Amino acid sequence: MNSVHNQATAVRKKIGSISYAKWGYIFLIPFFLVYVVFSFVPLISIFYNSFFENYMSGLKQVGPNFVGLENYANLFENDLGKYFYNTLLIWVLGFIPQITISLLLASWFTNLRLRLRVTGLFKTIIYLPNLIMASAFALLFFVLFSDAGPMNDVLMHLGIIDQPYRFLSEVAGTRGLVIAMNFLLWFGNTTILLMAAIMGIDNSLIEAAEIDGAKSFQMFRLITMPLIKPILIYVMITSMIGGLQLFDVPQILTNGSGNPDRTSTTLIMLLNNHLYSKNYGLGGALSVILLIVSAVLSLLVYDSMTREQRLEKREKKRMKEGAGQ
Amino acid sequence: MNKKLSNAARLQLKLSRAFCYIILTLISVMCLLSFYVLIINSTRSHPDILRGFSFLPGKSFFYNLKSLMANANLPVVRAVFNSLFVSGCTALVTTYFSVLTAFAIHAYDFRFKRAAFAFILMIMMVPSQVTALGFVRLMGTFNLIDTFIPLIVPSVACPIVFFFMKQYMEASLPIAIVEAARIDGSNEFRTFNLIVLPIMKPAIAVQGIFSFVTAWNNYFVPSLILKSTENKTVPLLVAQLRNADFLKFDMGQVYMLITIAIVPIVIVYLLLSRYIIRGIALGSVKE
Repeated sequence: MNSVHNQATAVRKKIGSISYAKWGYIFLIPFFLVYVVFSFVPLISIFYNSFFENYMSGLKQVGPNFVGLENYANLFENDLGKYFYNTLLIWVLGFIPQITISLLLASWFTNLRLRLRVTGLFKTIIYLPNLIMASAFALLFFVLFSDAGPMNDVLMHLGIIDQPYRFLSEVAGTRGLVIAMNFLLWFGNTTILLMAAIMGIDNSLIEAAEIDGAKSFQMFRLITMPLIKPILIYVMITSMIGGLQLFDVPQILTNGSGNPDRTSTTLIMLLNNHLYSKNYGLGGALSVILLIVSAVLSLLVYDSMTREQRLEKREKKRMKEGAGQ
Repeated sequence: MNKKLSNAARLQLKLSRAFCYIILTLISVMCLLSFYVLIINSTRSHPDILRGFSFLPGKSFFYNLKSLMANANLPVVRAVFNSLFVSGCTALVTTYFSVLTAFAIHAYDFRFKRAAFAFILMIMMVPSQVTALGFVRLMGTFNLIDTFIPLIVPSVACPIVFFFMKQYMEASLPIAIVEAARIDGSNEFRTFNLIVLPIMKPAIAVQGIFSFVTAWNNYFVPSLILKSTENKTVPLLVAQLRNADFLKFDMGQVYMLITIAIVPIVIVYLLLSRYIIRGIALGSVKE
């Protein structure tokens, strides 16, 4: 009886390994076909484009002529550093308050001693902006913070300022609005990710610390923080990649100009300008640079996502070797 | 002595709790304030809005809505339908094919399985803007500029949704179910459609909502692909409005267009927020 059963399993296994594997390939076809056509071919073509001079000068088409690395040199000579600085500055100044507030809120929401109520409602509210159309949100802020808009009106009524503050004519005002909007759009998402991480911590660790008489802040610093470090790194790198892509908000807020004096122009806004003016050479070179930066960041994410698996593997290997000796 | 100490501790706890509530309320107000102003102003007429801000709603909601609908330069109804069509198709296509791809990796053993999985994880974080130049030019050669195809078909290959589906499958799709279907004589494609998809329903719902919202809000790629007025989606109208000479505009209409772009998503979110919030943590956090 048993041997019949074993035989059946063996047969099934054999059939399985022979005839079902092809379905794995078949089911992967749509994904890889679409990826190759719509993403991989364009990816190769940006490299190709970046080596050619190819743009419209008035109504005259220039190129495509092979120019080697001239497009890259051209980008670096023409303020690429400035736009990189803008993008980085806006990201850093938005990320610091974002991670601080998110950590604070996440630790409050998960604190068993505080036992806050209606956290569901608060979570719903702080996550809400994340789903809002960023371009519409930017137009809304543009209207609200315009020289004669409601915000200036309210601030003047409250006596905080005497005359309208011209948010969109001041460098700090414009960058501040972009940073504030980005913060509002993303801090709820970060809070919920960090909450999930904190709730994953083994409760017995917290209890043991409590019995040892640890204070709330000590527990946060010495237990919670080290344990959620992998997720913190993940959040930071994905946020960096998001920051690199910053476009909708400053584009709509400044109508693509990045005013005042291109101090709020981000890298993707520059790319967008090249795409609109059909300057494929410079656009291609810029795309390649963006690709390299995001690829480095992606590798860091990939590394952090597979680290645990690799550690486990190494551990197993070591144990096996130990057993062998 | 002991009681006194616990009283002090209780007082401290109460104080810190009060502090938390105050901060949480302030943050909530900060989140909601701009939407409050938006909704109030969408109910007020142009002259009212110019006169200054008020915390009370006006009576011109339907007047604003009607005059926006009648505005020939801003085909709002058409744009809403375009957006609904593109976002709906995107949500369907991306969830169906992501489950299919995840199923391929989850349920079968084949030679390049690990390589395929590693590859998808690697490309997960590459921003779509990076390939936009090549993408737009390629769509030009395919003659697909100003159609919805370049906005819908690429969502077949969406690594992030795939990853979510894969995670969900590991937790809730035992291979035994697939094997049982095989013994009953179901072919693999049929098994996928009739057995795997229904099991994945909760995950499909969450990711469907997210994909819909992402497509609804998408501005960068549509602005490069869609050219004619009748094909514009809602974000393109928003951009067009920002582009126009602002002073000539009826502010009631401006606020109304922003309301139309934002409020439907907010309503759906408020109805489903419990599931959505649970979904975010599930999808993004590695375990």
